[in-house]
Amino acid sequence: MAKKVLLIEDEPNIIEAIKFILSREGWEVMAHSDGASALDAIERIAPDAIVLDVMLPNRSGFDILRDLRSKASTEALPVLMLTAKGQKRDRELAESYGVTHFMTKPFSNQDVLERIRELTA
Amino acid sequence: MLTLNVLVAISLIYVIALFSVAYVAERRAAQGKAGWLRAPMIYTLSLSVYCTAWTFYGAVGYAARSGLEFITIYLGPTLVFIGWWWLLRKLVRIGRSQRITSIADLISSRYGKSNSLAVIVTLMAVIASTPYIALQLQSVSLSFSVFAPAEGTPDALADQRTTAMWVAIGLAVFTVLFGTRNLDANERHHGVVMAIAVEAVVKLVALLAVGAFVVWGMAGGIGPMLERIDQSQVAAWEVEGSRWVGLIFVSAAAVITLPRMFQVLVVENADEGHLSTASWAFPAYLLLMSLFVIPIAVMGLERMPEGANPDLFVLTLPLSEDQNALAALAFLGGFSSATSMVIVASIALSTMVSNHIIMPIWLSFQEGGASVSGDVRRAMLRSRRASIAAVMILGYGYYALSSGSEALAAIGLIAFVGAAQVLPALIGAIFWRGATRRGAAAGLIAGFAVWAYTLYLPSFGASGPMSAEFLQNGPAGLSALRPQALFGLVGLDPLVHALLWSMVLNTGAFLAVSLMTFPSPMERLQGAQFVNIFEHSSSPRSWTGGMAEAEDLLIMAQRILGAREAQSLFVTAAQEQGKTGYLPEPTPDFLALLERELAGSVGAATAHAMISQINGGASVSVRDLMAVADETAQMMEYSSQLETKSQELEAIAGQLRDANEKLTELSIQKDAFLSQISHELRTPMTSIRSFSEILMEGSLEASERQRYSKIIHGESIRLTRLLDDLLDLSVLENGQVVLNPQTDTLQALLDRAVAATTAAGQQPQAIRIVRSQGAETITLHTDTDRLVQVFINIIANSIKYCDAADPELRIEARSTGEELWLDFIDNGSGIPPRSEAVIFEKFARIGDQAKAGGAGLGLAICREIMANLGGSIMYVREHQGAAFRVTLPIHLSQAA
Repeated sequence: MAKKVLLIEDEPNIIEAIKFILSREGWEVMAHSDGASALDAIERIAPDAIVLDVMLPNRSGFDILRDLRSKASTEALPVLMLTAKGQKRDRELAESYGVTHFMTKPFSNQDVLERIRELTA
Repeated sequence: MLTLNVLVAISLIYVIALFSVAYVAERRAAQGKAGWLRAPMIYTLSLSVYCTAWTFYGAVGYAARSGLEFITIYLGPTLVFIGWWWLLRKLVRIGRSQRITSIADLISSRYGKSNSLAVIVTLMAVIASTPYIALQLQSVSLSFSVFAPAEGTPDALADQRTTAMWVAIGLAVFTVLFGTRNLDANERHHGVVMAIAVEAVVKLVALLAVGAFVVWGMAGGIGPMLERIDQSQVAAWEVEGSRWVGLIFVSAAAVITLPRMFQVLVVENADEGHLSTASWAFPAYLLLMSLFVIPIAVMGLERMPEGANPDLFVLTLPLSEDQNALAALAFLGGFSSATSMVIVASIALSTMVSNHIIMPIWLSFQEGGASVSGDVRRAMLRSRRASIAAVMILGYGYYALSSGSEALAAIGLIAFVGAAQVLPALIGAIFWRGATRRGAAAGLIAGFAVWAYTLYLPSFGASGPMSAEFLQNGPAGLSALRPQALFGLVGLDPLVHALLWSMVLNTGAFLAVSLMTFPSPMERLQGAQFVNIFEHSSSPRSWTGGMAEAEDLLIMAQRILGAREAQSLFVTAAQEQGKTGYLPEPTPDFLALLERELAGSVGAATAHAMISQINGGASVSVRDLMAVADETAQMMEYSSQLETKSQELEAIAGQLRDANEKLTELSIQKDAFLSQISHELRTPMTSIRSFSEILMEGSLEASERQRYSKIIHGESIRLTRLLDDLLDLSVLENGQVVLNPQTDTLQALLDRAVAATTAAGQQPQAIRIVRSQGAETITLHTDTDRLVQVFINIIANSIKYCDAADPELRIEARSTGEELWLDFIDNGSGIPPRSEAVIFEKFARIGDQAKAGGAGLGLAICREIMANLGGSIMYVREHQGAAFRVTLPIHLSQAA
């Protein structure tokens, strides 16, 4: 059975690009674009890994990550965080919340593939 | 009849006698035998310089022309001496303790030792006194000419001028000889005062003799004389109230403020006690001087031919009765009156001119060289002599230019009014501590200007600087500025008019400016010294009759100087006195030495006060306390200066803190901005990179390739637009935008905006736009392209965000008269209240980013554009949907 990756991202073009890259390699990719309802979506879908944007409508990726780590069911869920802000401070904040991987946009497709492979291995 | 030659000989002998009197007086004073020179009567007689030739001859003429009015000239001074002699005493005390040398010096000294004030007073005095000196010269030459007609000189006027010139030269020589012999700091001239006193006696005796001759020799006794007076027109003159009051006031003022009166009254005063004699003796002198004025005038009018000059009755009456000796005596009286006035006036004026004008200029040219005291002494003497000569030349010049004209006869009272202008500043100086230098200057200048404008200049008549036209209608026809009816005040006697206005404006300016300005520490100190002069000790500051114990002095000295230094001082002093042990005798010399030593540490005043306290002989006087207070005030001033400095530093530190905070905030804002920019740039670049990599792999279907290329293309455009917006905003925010004003109707501009948003074709849903056509006819003159850019932005936002099923945008235009209000209201759900505050900020995007499609700079740009156009844009809350109001001032936007 294919591993599920949930993409939490609000830029349609980026969603399309990541979906294309990952689904080619056999992952089942789903997307969700709202920050506030992201946790519910994760609960419902129960993905093997999530790709999380930081700047989301209504709720930031950092808040979502913190909540994930505070719940037993999602405590160990692999999270690849992607951000366009790309400041050192953001990386440190994400790491302190327990992010699995942190990448800045724009990314290389190859890097994303490899990270997701690691996360779902 | 007395020949002119005999008269000249008499005059010469008289002058030589005067020189001798002055010389002897100087000699005796120099030998220290000044006892009888300092008699109160001499002082009183010297005050008689008040009675000039104008009074000696003129009073009779005055009575012949205007009846009893002449008496006011005597009444004013009489009132001052009897009623106000405490004021004179105060002036004299101040003059002595402050070493006042002239009235200009007094004013200057009181108002913070301001030399500019002294210069003002000096110039006023010179301008007012010069014609007066000329009048004296004229009276002397005129009286000579009374004796001359017998010899039938054809060129009488030229002769008179020659006489006047010789008189002026003689007076200059006398004044230089006796007025500048010594440079006593007190400026007392024993020789001159003595000569003046002799002249005072001569003129009184002469007038009394003529009067007695008229009453007993011509009229036949007192009874017949009174009858003649009753029948004469002199008694028939009506008394004019306002003139009487004015003249009494002005002569009372003049007796204090005339430079020559101040000279004899204050500067030449040797003893304050003399004033109490003068307070009755001088009025008595004036009474005697006025006693026979009316009889002489009445007899003159009766006996002398029609058209005879009444000013010369004193001379012509005895002459007509062949009383040559009496005539000669009368002549000497007039001569005395004139010369005494000229001598004292020129001393007073030359002191002022020399001290306040020539010396300051001379000293400013001496860099360092002036420290040689001999130099200064010689320069001062030279400057004083030059000033005397200058004053005399001015007087003679004025006489030569204006002799024979009417101007001279009236100049006595005119000079009185001019001199009276110093009165407010003078009274303020000695009674009002709040009077300030600026106030005094304002009053003096105002009063003097009004005096010159309303009285002095018009006195030259129509041939003078003011034409008849000017006098009649005012300058440039401004009737409110007519010199003799200022501000529409008509019907007053010109003299009373000038006196009233000059004193009102002078006093008003003095009071107002004094109240508005703050005295400097120097002015405050001098003000206190002047106003409270009687509270200050006048005893000389030397140590006599001391009861100090040397031991007490040592204890005090140790506290201040330190034990070792104090002891060595005392031991040395004891050795010098030949005493064994360490305590010297507290002699005056030792006390003075100790005071100097202490002064080095605690200041002169404090040192003096301390020794006074121990010495016990003199308790600490108010003056000592004042001086201590002054020193303390200086220290407090330093300390308050330090305090001010430290406050300033604190303020600067605060400013720096604020600036730092601002910078920090700016830095945070800049970081946030860069972070935003980074995000806005990276997002499209992410798509571009990702899809480019996909495309580079090759193995794609044509439709996919097509689709992904299109995404890359779209994102590139988004990037470009973002950069354009950023640059646009930067230009607008920095105010570097160049506006390009054009004229168009609002309707046309909205048409353009609507066309641009709907013709783009890429909008997912169209919106219905409802416009109020009628109100859009208004014509605007503004940067129409920019305004359309704003409209496009608002309409595009509506198209993007309006979430109604049947989207509609109403555009309502309305004019408030001053502003154009343009509302854009859609029927969507509007902007959530919490977002209202941020929508105009940069990168503020609400809701779905994909839907927005921009960088969130649109409304920020709109706000900047409207600010640049002088208007504004705001969000209007009361509508259900989103509503924006654009306002634009019509006076800016309307076509000219």
